[in-house]
Amino acid sequence: MNAAHEPKPVLEVSDLCVAYGKVEALHKVSLRIREGEIVTVIGPNGAGKTTLLSALMGLLPYRGEVAYVGHNLDAHVEVEERVGQGLTLVPEKRELFAEMSVEDNLLLGAFHRYRSGLRDHAQTMEEVFALFPRLKERRTQAAGTLSGGERQMLAMGRALMAKPKLLMLDEPSLGLAPLIIKEIFRIVAELKQTGVSILLVEQNARAALQVADYGYVLETGEVSLEGPSHELADDPRVIETYLGLGGKKTA
Amino acid sequence: MMSAKLSPARAILAAFLLFLVTGPLWLPEFHVTLLNYIGLYGLVALGLVLLTGVGGLTSFGQAAFVGLGAYTTAYLTTAYGVSPWLTLLAGLGLTLAFALCLGFITLRLSGHFLPLGTIAWGISLYFLFGNLEWLGGHTGMTGIPAVSLFGLELKDSRSFFYLIWVVLLGAMLATRNLLDSREGRAIRALKGGTVMAEAMGVNTARSKIVIFTVAALYACVSGWLYAHLQRFVNPTPFSINQGVEFLFMAVIGGVAHVWGAVVGAGLITVLKQWLQDLLPELLGQSGNFEVIVFGLMMIFVLHRARNGLWPAIARLVPAQKQERHAVAAAEPLPRRQMPAAGTVLLQAEGVTKRFGGLVANKDMALTVQAGEVMALIGPNGAGKSTMFNCISGVNPPSEGRISFLGQPVAGLEARDIARLGLSRTFQHVRLLSGMTVLENVAIGAHLRGRHNYLAAGLRLERAEEARLLAEAARQIERVGLAEHMFDAAGSLALGKQRIVEIARALAADPCLLLLDEPAAGLRYLEKQALAELLRKLRGEGMGILLVEHDMDFVMGLADRVVVMEFGEKLAEGLPEEIQKNPAVLEAYLGGVE
Amino acid sequence: MDLQILLLLGQDGLTNGAIYALLALALVLVFAVTRVIFLPQGEFVAYGALTLAAIQAGKLPGTVWLAVILGIAVVLIDGGLALKSGNLKRLPRIVLGNLGLPLVLLGLISGLEAEALAALALPLQILLTLGIVVPLGPLLYRLVFQPIAEASSLVLLIVAVALHMTLIGLGLVFFGAEGFRTQPFSDGALEIGPLLLQHQTLWILFASAALIAVLYVLFERTVYGKALRATALNRTGARLMGISTTMAGKLSLGLAAFIGALSGVLVSPMTTLYYDSGFLIGLKGFVGAIIGGLASYPVAALGAVLVGLLESYSSFYASAFKEVIVFTLIIPVLVWRSLTSHHVEEEEE
Repeated sequence: MNAAHEPKPVLEVSDLCVAYGKVEALHKVSLRIREGEIVTVIGPNGAGKTTLLSALMGLLPYRGEVAYVGHNLDAHVEVEERVGQGLTLVPEKRELFAEMSVEDNLLLGAFHRYRSGLRDHAQTMEEVFALFPRLKERRTQAAGTLSGGERQMLAMGRALMAKPKLLMLDEPSLGLAPLIIKEIFRIVAELKQTGVSILLVEQNARAALQVADYGYVLETGEVSLEGPSHELADDPRVIETYLGLGGKKTA
Repeated sequence: MMSAKLSPARAILAAFLLFLVTGPLWLPEFHVTLLNYIGLYGLVALGLVLLTGVGGLTSFGQAAFVGLGAYTTAYLTTAYGVSPWLTLLAGLGLTLAFALCLGFITLRLSGHFLPLGTIAWGISLYFLFGNLEWLGGHTGMTGIPAVSLFGLELKDSRSFFYLIWVVLLGAMLATRNLLDSREGRAIRALKGGTVMAEAMGVNTARSKIVIFTVAALYACVSGWLYAHLQRFVNPTPFSINQGVEFLFMAVIGGVAHVWGAVVGAGLITVLKQWLQDLLPELLGQSGNFEVIVFGLMMIFVLHRARNGLWPAIARLVPAQKQERHAVAAAEPLPRRQMPAAGTVLLQAEGVTKRFGGLVANKDMALTVQAGEVMALIGPNGAGKSTMFNCISGVNPPSEGRISFLGQPVAGLEARDIARLGLSRTFQHVRLLSGMTVLENVAIGAHLRGRHNYLAAGLRLERAEEARLLAEAARQIERVGLAEHMFDAAGSLALGKQRIVEIARALAADPCLLLLDEPAAGLRYLEKQALAELLRKLRGEGMGILLVEHDMDFVMGLADRVVVMEFGEKLAEGLPEEIQKNPAVLEAYLGGVE
Repeated sequence: MDLQILLLLGQDGLTNGAIYALLALALVLVFAVTRVIFLPQGEFVAYGALTLAAIQAGKLPGTVWLAVILGIAVVLIDGGLALKSGNLKRLPRIVLGNLGLPLVLLGLISGLEAEALAALALPLQILLTLGIVVPLGPLLYRLVFQPIAEASSLVLLIVAVALHMTLIGLGLVFFGAEGFRTQPFSDGALEIGPLLLQHQTLWILFASAALIAVLYVLFERTVYGKALRATALNRTGARLMGISTTMAGKLSLGLAAFIGALSGVLVSPMTTLYYDSGFLIGLKGFVGAIIGGLASYPVAALGAVLVGLLESYSSFYASAFKEVIVFTLIIPVLVWRSLTSHHVEEEEE
């Protein structure tokens, strides 16, 4: 149903399957993200959300079609190459370089561009600082000494240093206090203005659906529900998935 | 254990034994000597199979223990004329003391420090042997007497052959027996399963020391044999290079298999003999060039066939139809006195757990009574598994009081808490994937047996072993996995592996069961069966504390629910109350209005 | 014992300690980046010294052939992979990057007359030596460690030991069993009070200090150095930044080979080195590295200097037992480590 005036898809995933040994963690997951769009994947613990992002980033082997800006990304394409193509992931565990300064962490975010001869990191860093003034204040501090919220900001800032086409965020609200979560989501919404597409994986369904354009509900490795996020936000089945209030699922 | 029909594997074994028995009668002297060395090296490599292949601890310093055995007997027999049999005991005693000291120091260290330590003391001892005047310095000691056995002097290599191979085959049998026993399962858990083993009551530090000592003693015996075969000793055969070669033998032969030691020792010894003639001729100069080939072989084996040659050889033999006979019936093990329903089993108050600056649990409190299911729920990262680890002693709390059956347990080792009657499963399944389901579950019953390593090596504990296995089998049937009893645990679907974890916990005969996400990955019908089982256990008076994300499952089963968020208790109450609690709804769905 | 001897021994210990410190730094670097406990570090020392000795004797060092053969192996493997995936554009880079320098040096050295080679200026000879030995680092990483980069650190250690044995054997093939000494960088000595400092001693102390300074600048000031540190701190994090662990591994082994070869070049005028001398020298660097817990650069360097001093003084008091004393030192160090480090055991299969 792709009308001509609609923005082009950045990422189109169809029938993605991921297995840990014999155990299938994702089963035939399909989703699409268009240019400049925020798409969220919500769902309870253990539904396979992190697995999905890890596979897309090339950290896990997968089967199925992954088309990124028009060309096919098969499972053999290394993480480093994906980064070079403008795909970045802010992982759930942040994975910061704890003993290095905020500035060095950001600098390394631009490593792949630097290596390819694109040495505009000083300017990109100013843009990141404009987005996260808190990081500018802490620029010489070691990443390991930051608070939880600041770490999340640094992780996002570091990812933005690569000037990504598609930014994937894994549970940015995890373990953060409500006020900080609000701040993080405000920034996510703001990022949309810069034109980057965002794939947001969240347990915090309400917050995620507020900033997203479209949403998928992932449950036990399969997409159980999808739709424009304002529709999903009011769908009682979403609450059921999380709190088990309603009807039984069949096996 | 006699089978009516001779299987191919048994036929080959019989042929090999026949070859060993008759060999010295018809083989040329040179080949007998070669076989003697294979036997001597095989004994050291056998120790490494136990230590490295099974236990996951690497040593490059075994040659030093060989030297300890050789020099002890060389010195005592030549300087004081002591009987070789007494010097064997002396050597074993000295090695035992030495291994216990070194083991106590180095085994506490993680991963790579042990092998580095073994290199260091391997070199130290080598230089010590070479620099002590009373041990003959670098020239060594001569005039070591022959061993006599039943009045027969074992003077030549043909007669000595039998002594070496009887010792080696005996050690192989004892090692195999040990590995196929209660303590053997604990040893096999050392490689990748120490946290689980401790929670099942295994003293893993002790198991490590034991295999380290056994490996050292094997090496010491080999040294004793070597000294009396050669009748002289010098430091060269006990250098670090020889220690490395022993490890090569074990790894190339197949470090996880008793027979791998013999195959590796045989291959390296024969190859060395051949290469030492060939390479200097080829290169036109003299020297130990065979290390180039051995080094490359090792690199190749570790790249391409990390299990060594033995599995490949074993595959060549037509597999015998493994009769998976059911586990033999045995007298049930004695059971624990269950506390009366309603007794408070577990009481935790003010439990705080910090990791550096991060507070994972803050002032948590909960109780579990006999005959109830208590559910602990909360969003990702709320600190539920941390709380489990505090209670079970896997990772003790920073502050707070935890009592189990009225006894304070905060700060006790996991294995001591297990002994009191608490058993658990893990969120990330911790099974030994190469072992059968039956063996995995039998580890749960570890504390219900008492026979030690020696008894296991000599097969004096078969009655107890049968009872342990029967108990494991009973629990496997109980959780409905009887058909998988003899499958490798790693071959099961993840959901079924979780159920195996429950069976393992039940094999400990606990009165309190801690289940971390037991229903994850199960299908609907399997979940119903699990809920049924848990209800039955509750009916028998067991207390169950459960972390679970499937709310249908939790709400239908739990008697009481505690909700955690940010490491703290958010709410507590009956399932219906919790489902209506607005704070809980908020915690789960979030929202940033 | 009088002050004179005390100072003399101190000077000796400090000189050796400086070399051990360099090696300790290389070992900490390689371990942090690749998790390999790089026992063959000492072989780079011997290769460096003996390659220089061969050049000074006007001979073609066997290490050139090793570099060429390893280069061909890498070109075959990586070239094959590139062909398979239809990535022909990468072929020239693969050939040049892995085989270029070894082939150029092979041509250069075999093109020179023996007398001309022996008569080359010392700095040029040293440059040739480094040019031959340093590429061995990345090539060996590619062939030996990269295929099992994700294996447990114990498997990596056993592979490192196997590589060490292989390189020792090859060293015997290349250089024979006799020992060599090279010409000192400059003759003469410097007198400071009661101390008589050989020029070579000063060279060693100066070069070690300079190298440590260069390494510091590399890791603190350059993007590539920071990328190496980042890989050591957090592999997943580094990969997500597009820092390839293979590149980091090759880079760190290249640095290790450089440090090793340079150490060999520095000490070879002071002591006669044999094909297998590297092992003990490297291990003493190791004792230093372990004192630093394989993690801290300054503590490792300090520990290594301590090892040098201990060795020097014990060789005076109990010369036969100096190795025993130095390597037994590791036991109390390990005890101390076991009491201070409380890290949860990595559970690996």
